[in-house]
Amino acid sequence: MGITFRKETFRDDFTFKNSPEHIRRFPFPFHEDAYMYAVNIEPHVVGPRGSVLENLIDVDEHYVAEMQDRALVLAEDPLRCQSLPHMTLAGWDLLELLMEQQALGYPEHFTLTRDGDRWRWINRPLGIDDTFTFGDTSTLPYGPMEYITRQSQGDFCILDQRDGNLWMDAGMVTTQADWSLDFDIGMNFFEWHAPVPLAHEKGIFVRALKFLTNIQQGKPARRLNWTMTINPRLDTSPENYHKWGPDRATVTPDNVGDKVHLRVELQSFWRLPRSNGIVFPIRCYLIKMDELVTQPKWARRLHRVIRDLPDELANYKGLTRYRPALVEWLSKLDDGSPTSPGFGPD
Amino acid sequence: MSTGTTKLDVVVSDVVPVNDLVTRFHFRRRDGQLLPTFSGGAHVVVEMRDGERTRLNPYSLMGSPLDTREYTISVRRDDVGRGGSLFMHRSVKPGMEMVVSYPVNLFSLDLRAKKHLMLAGGIGITPFMAQTAQLAAEGGNFELHYTCRTASLGTYADVLRERYDRRVRLYHDDLEERIELDRLLSTQPLGTHLYVCGPAGMINWVRDRAASLGWPAETVHFEHFAAPQPGLPFDVRLAVSGKSIRVDEQQSLLEAIEAAGVDPPYLCRGGVCGQCETNVISCDGKFIHNDHWLSEEEHRSGKKIMPCVSRFEGRSLVLER
Repeated sequence: MGITFRKETFRDDFTFKNSPEHIRRFPFPFHEDAYMYAVNIEPHVVGPRGSVLENLIDVDEHYVAEMQDRALVLAEDPLRCQSLPHMTLAGWDLLELLMEQQALGYPEHFTLTRDGDRWRWINRPLGIDDTFTFGDTSTLPYGPMEYITRQSQGDFCILDQRDGNLWMDAGMVTTQADWSLDFDIGMNFFEWHAPVPLAHEKGIFVRALKFLTNIQQGKPARRLNWTMTINPRLDTSPENYHKWGPDRATVTPDNVGDKVHLRVELQSFWRLPRSNGIVFPIRCYLIKMDELVTQPKWARRLHRVIRDLPDELANYKGLTRYRPALVEWLSKLDDGSPTSPGFGPD
Repeated sequence: MSTGTTKLDVVVSDVVPVNDLVTRFHFRRRDGQLLPTFSGGAHVVVEMRDGERTRLNPYSLMGSPLDTREYTISVRRDDVGRGGSLFMHRSVKPGMEMVVSYPVNLFSLDLRAKKHLMLAGGIGITPFMAQTAQLAAEGGNFELHYTCRTASLGTYADVLRERYDRRVRLYHDDLEERIELDRLLSTQPLGTHLYVCGPAGMINWVRDRAASLGWPAETVHFEHFAAPQPGLPFDVRLAVSGKSIRVDEQQSLLEAIEAAGVDPPYLCRGGVCGQCETNVISCDGKFIHNDHWLSEEEHRSGKKIMPCVSRFEGRSLVLER
């Protein structure tokens, strides 16, 4: 039994929504009633059936619509996809990883056949059936990274590792929480994290870099990150701020449930074998408040987290303007009773 | 996170003597599948079960990264070392089942380089075998200068000359041929990266000359595995696990800690990667630091030790393990 892919939009009329099964599998990011930064990295191993971790590269009911949205973004702004000249080999590494993982997890939708360096890739949801020579860019319609990331949910940053640092030297970034690949391309780990408040003082980036430069082949790692977005818009980029920034002023007590979305990123980190680079997939999951509060535990906990969030973090995440309305709305769903430990719904 | 890397169950598919000192070992996966792809410069850690003792030694992968049916390593026999190379030479036979780690690369090519200038000394040739194969397949621009004691001990010199012809230059110590290092380093095109692997003296010489001649540090890459040195036995108290251990003459501190059932993280086992860095709680004696990870200041402080390669002489040592 395959996935039923939804027909929906992430712009204009915003018809995106989650099915009841997808609400329950939403990667809720708070394991307790408060939030502060931590180096919350763990091994990226397969998780329970029916969760977003059932496969290491998750494909869900939004796949086709997300790929259509990506194509629209790229048509308007090709610089969302960039690869510096020395990163082509890493692009092939990523193509192999994503084809293998998608074919492994979803054989009814994807098939990879390898005969030496002659590969055939079938992507049924998008109607693709291509045969190409692995390593020969002229046999694909795009570079290897662009080709496969036009067919894979989530953003992808490929980091070159050298001089004890990581360098943002390639990526496909169209579903981002207000950062720009075109701005960050070529920067190192400390440079692109410079705007993040509080974490530098805690030495988090020094430790995180040490961890990441030691990521081993065959041992990927993951972490969750989160923010909030008004309307289910995947492309909240600085380039398009004029389109989505004003949405923050449209939140009223009456439309919180429909307009305000929790945006969770499942970030994973993989060593790439040929290039010795690291790929950093950033997979974005959206859920509107009306959907989220169908799980009473999540409603209570989210209320407490947002209410008690330090102002610097609320500001960095862009919540300041609508936080009072959101907290007020959520407070009606919080009877003060305790929440059970762990992420999942009760 | 668990220690080390994922393991691979392999079988020794061939053992080939290369010359008087060096033997090559071939490994295939026991389940018949392909081995993980790797990048030129990567090493694996080979587990050697030698009676009661387990040794874990890193060796550079020297095959082509394009061929993952087998991994190959070359081991130089060290008659005065701690016995790992002797075990490989004497006890490892075709058909033997062994365990190796996933590949780890601490000596990666900088793929931005317009040209790769490689300097090898002795058995330091092995990572360059894989790197030249990788670059040749991509049409990369490289030049290899290889110093060996004699022509008969020039491991793979013939193979390299045949594959790459004039891109390989050989220097024989017994004929008093020496790399004209200053000239070589002064005449490279912009965008050249320098790689050196060989004895510590050679690495230091090349790095010093490169720095003097204005090479930016980030263009100079070196593989500096220190093999753990034997030494006097010493006793250690492991405070966290509450164990007392003795480190034998031929054992590294890390191996002794592991033999006691404690598993610190590790990757290179050669004093380079920093994973096994261990805090010293108290000590009465002197450290013999052999690593390339801690700063000189940290060495002097007596507060940290890299147990993979460093030792201790004195009355008492308590570690946070």
